[in-house]
Amino acid sequence: MSRPDRPCSRPFPKERLVSAAVLFGVLALWEVAARAGWVSRLFFPPPSFIVQTLGRMAWSGQLWTDLGYTMGRLGAGLFLGAGSGLLLGWLMGASRPVRLALDPLVAALHPMPKLALFPIFLILLGIGEASKVALLALAAFFPMLINTLAGVRQIDCVYWELAANYGARRLAMLRRVILPGSLPMSMVGLRLAANNVLVVAIAVEMLSAQEGLGATIWMAWQTLHTEELYAMLAVIGAVGICLHFIVERVTRWLMPWNNRETRNG
Amino acid sequence: MYNMMTNQATDLRVDSLSMRYSSPRGSVDALQGVSFHVAAGEFVALVGPSGCGKSTLLRIVAGLQSPDLGEIAFPGRQTAPKCRFVFQNHALFPWMTVRDNVAFGLEMDGMPGAERRALAGEQLAALGLADFMDHYPHELSGGMCQRAAIAQAFVTRPDVLLMDEPLRALDAQMRMVIQEDLLALWERTRPTVLYVTHDIEEALLLADRVLVMSGRPGRIREAVEVPFGRPRDLTGRNHQGIEELKWRIWKMLEQEVKQQLHMSRP
Ligand SMILES: Nc1ncnc2c1ncn2[C@@H]1O[C@H](COP(=O)(O)OP(=O)(O)OP(=O)(O)O)[C@@H](O)[C@H]1O
Ligand SMILES: [Mg+2]
Repeated sequence: MSRPDRPCSRPFPKERLVSAAVLFGVLALWEVAARAGWVSRLFFPPPSFIVQTLGRMAWSGQLWTDLGYTMGRLGAGLFLGAGSGLLLGWLMGASRPVRLALDPLVAALHPMPKLALFPIFLILLGIGEASKVALLALAAFFPMLINTLAGVRQIDCVYWELAANYGARRLAMLRRVILPGSLPMSMVGLRLAANNVLVVAIAVEMLSAQEGLGATIWMAWQTLHTEELYAMLAVIGAVGICLHFIVERVTRWLMPWNNRETRNG
Repeated sequence: MYNMMTNQATDLRVDSLSMRYSSPRGSVDALQGVSFHVAAGEFVALVGPSGCGKSTLLRIVAGLQSPDLGEIAFPGRQTAPKCRFVFQNHALFPWMTVRDNVAFGLEMDGMPGAERRALAGEQLAALGLADFMDHYPHELSGGMCQRAAIAQAFVTRPDVLLMDEPLRALDAQMRMVIQEDLLALWERTRPTVLYVTHDIEEALLLADRVLVMSGRPGRIREAVEVPFGRPRDLTGRNHQGIEELKWRIWKMLEQEVKQQLHMSRP
């Protein structure tokens, strides 16, 4: 009945309907369960109430202030972290000495939980925005670096040789081979970085911020306004989806040669 | 300043090249004392049993790798000649349009954008690819890609052109069409050509001389002069004695292949 799931086949509209139906089914079940009292309304407020709360927070402007703070930090961190990860990834990919020198350092720092480093940033940069953005940048840096580096390393030798044969040296090699050749992997890195930054942004706001989605979640928990907590979770989910589609768009725009739909018609 | 509109007549001399690949799994003598000479403007084909070091030889001439022993010389040249390599597959950058691919060599030579795009466009149009200039390689057929790769090399006006089985993946009709294009391009500027092929007939139809290599380690076993005049008839019908030559070369290769098989059997 179902066709084999080839990576180059497009999803059918019908499949999209199924995902939507499942989502709504779960929400409807939750609503009924909460209203009927099968589950505690305090811990599982009905979705309709959460939506209402969300509306109230949007109306009062609190939602937009929070969203603004979180997105500001996220954007700055992603830009700085992913940008430097990209540059260093190209450099490490292209230069063997740099790669050998930095590889152990990257291997040691990468698995460290970023939040555990937050106190150090607080000492270095103070309790203002700088320390938060720096931590977010770090969260974006490693996925971007590691994916870009892998992307550069997996460029087929033939392309290096082809370029070298036509006389390409450093800068031309970077612009015409390294950069486009590693781009697919860099975009995977960007996607992971965006996710990572969102997670760390909420966490760091819960820890030490007065504003932002994370701060509001923490406040809602402490005052037991669970409907606000769920409302914020919904917003975070929406932000995640938006980031996903933005990255998708940027990917397509940057890599017209990688566009599978032209192949499949 | 770039000087690309002319190529210089360039002799190629290959002098006792030896090359051994070593790895933890054993070492392979790919080439042993390979010497030959290609005159300026000559089209030389290289045939030999699989694994005898043809690709290695070509890569060394192109400067993509260096030999253990021996040297490549271009007698009579003060400056390094422009050697261009046509790879068998992956010959185009997948991330550039066909036109940018063909203009790539010109770009590296420092030619301004508008000029090189125009020149690449002309070259592509001449090869019947006018409608595909702004496509990406994956949108083209194998034959079209190969034609574009040949255009990419020729458009830079190389002094020496090295081709490693450029038509291997193509069917017979496509192959003949591209052979014709290739010879026409070559006649225009007459670069010195070294052309690797496993197809004896192709070697005889295209080249002035065919170098037959021995099995591993590769040596030049014999040089066969091709007596046919130009322009060539690529069907081979008008060339007297082509069957004889084919037979002779085939016999040599058969012997080499058999020897190689025997050597690797216990
Ligand atoms: N990078 C390498 N490392 C180790 N051995 C190699 C390498 N490249 C080639 N060889 C060996 O050197 C020998 C010659 O290889 P080469 O690719 O030059 O042969 P060829 O004549 O081009 O063969 P074919 O006709 O199949 O393309 C082969 O036996 C191969 O095993
Ligand atoms: Mg080969």
